[in-house]
Amino acid sequence: MNLSHFSAVLLFSLFTSIVFGITQRAEPKKMMRFGAFCFVLFVAGTVAASWVMWLIKP
Amino acid sequence: MTTKVQMPVTTSEKMGSTDASASGVSPVLTLVAGWLVPGAGHALLGKWVRAALLMASIVGMFAIGIALQGKVYTPNTGEPLDMLGFAGDLGSGLLYFVARVLGWGQAPVLVAVADYGTKFIVVAGLLNIVAAVDAHSLASGRKQA
Repeated sequence: MNLSHFSAVLLFSLFTSIVFGITQRAEPKKMMRFGAFCFVLFVAGTVAASWVMWLIKP
Repeated sequence: MTTKVQMPVTTSEKMGSTDASASGVSPVLTLVAGWLVPGAGHALLGKWVRAALLMASIVGMFAIGIALQGKVYTPNTGEPLDMLGFAGDLGSGLLYFVARVLGWGQAPVLVAVADYGTKFIVVAGLLNIVAAVDAHSLASGRKQA
């Protein structure tokens, strides 16, 4: 199996966000909102960190 | 003269139950079952959708890690980072023991994607511990169902 870096990020974020959503909130609606929030933060954080690394490269 | 004394209310009393277990299922049983089989703790409590989602996420993450040729840590290597990795892997419960018995994840990590696989396996174990503790909290009434 071979994954691109970005697809690995998407899969990691998806699975982790599902577990965080279910375990960190008590109501289904809030679970979905928190899971979506975590997913966006994971992906956006990774993209932002990638740009920072590109900017500071020698 | 009378004095009113207010006693502290326990969590189980707040939930309308005087049992140690708010759900009728032993919290320790849900913790152990949730650790051994991802999602089993929630399944014991009748939370079928949550159990299915947790199982799909944790087993999926573990399987992708194995498919990416990630490393499955073994105990007693003497390296501190390996010990931490082993503790994380052990969180997957039976999945870890199946992987060890079948010899999965024993090849040396040579490419970046395989290193991602190693992290997928460790994080799957850590997420499983979070899920098992959540099932324990639901069973004991510490978390509202």
